[in-house]
Amino acid sequence: MIELAPASPCGDLLPLQVGDMILAELDLGSLTLVAPFAGQVEATSDALHDAHGVGFPDPGVAIRVWDTLCLWSGRAQALLAGPEPDAALASLAALTDQSDGWAVVRLSGAGATDALARLVPIDLRPGAFPPGSAARTLLGHMTVTILRDPADVAETAFTILAFRSMATTLVHELETAMRRVAARAEAG
Amino acid sequence: MRITCPICGTRDRREFYYQGAAEALHRPDPEAGEDAWDAYLHLRDNPAGRTQDLWYHEAGCGCWLVVDRDTVTHEIYGATLVEARHAD
Ligand SMILES: [Zn+2]
Repeated sequence: MIELAPASPCGDLLPLQVGDMILAELDLGSLTLVAPFAGQVEATSDALHDAHGVGFPDPGVAIRVWDTLCLWSGRAQALLAGPEPDAALASLAALTDQSDGWAVVRLSGAGATDALARLVPIDLRPGAFPPGSAARTLLGHMTVTILRDPADVAETAFTILAFRSMATTLVHELETAMRRVAARAEAG
Repeated sequence: MRITCPICGTRDRREFYYQGAAEALHRPDPEAGEDAWDAYLHLRDNPAGRTQDLWYHEAGCGCWLVVDRDTVTHEIYGATLVEARHAD
């Protein structure tokens, strides 16, 4: 049996450095969409907590415990990133493996917030969007999920998830904004 | 123009998709008769002023909202979840 090597969504487009900003691809591990059945949000949260140490996040929230990230990703749904989902969750929530469905990148460094301000119609400054925040919004014309990973406290960094089929567009949009922010900084 | 989504908070208009009058939520009984169904499907008031219509938070949480707004001033008075009206 032939073992095929997995190809990452952004391939050789990343990493990329422009000025002080770095755009790199992230591997969050296994990605599972968790959509609790009617009336099962609390039970799902308890099961998530027992098995993975994280609860079911409130809207706009991302929770991290060690290698497990659980982020709100829309009405009554969350994305579990890291481990394979515990079997006990299957009777409480619809579980969908989306591991190969997302391109995930991390934008960091001075200017990252300014670059995203050119593309995203929500306030991503630290006061409005501190570590532990997650949002579904737009990046250009593309729907994305953006979060401040609770582990990213040492510097301002954003984790951005876009549909895998849009990876090239995602990198293109971000690189263009990064170059414009860097050029503006250089012009003084 | 901004709409305050009950789940996501205040968001830019470009995140939302406009559907039409909230009248679509008031589906007549199947036996209500031709006039009621004709009105439900085809007749809209098109008011100059305050109105309620359906918007979809397409690039956000994915909720359907009833938005209470004014077509003349563009003021938004509020938005509620369609889901909350159909709790059954
Ligand atoms: Zn919303």
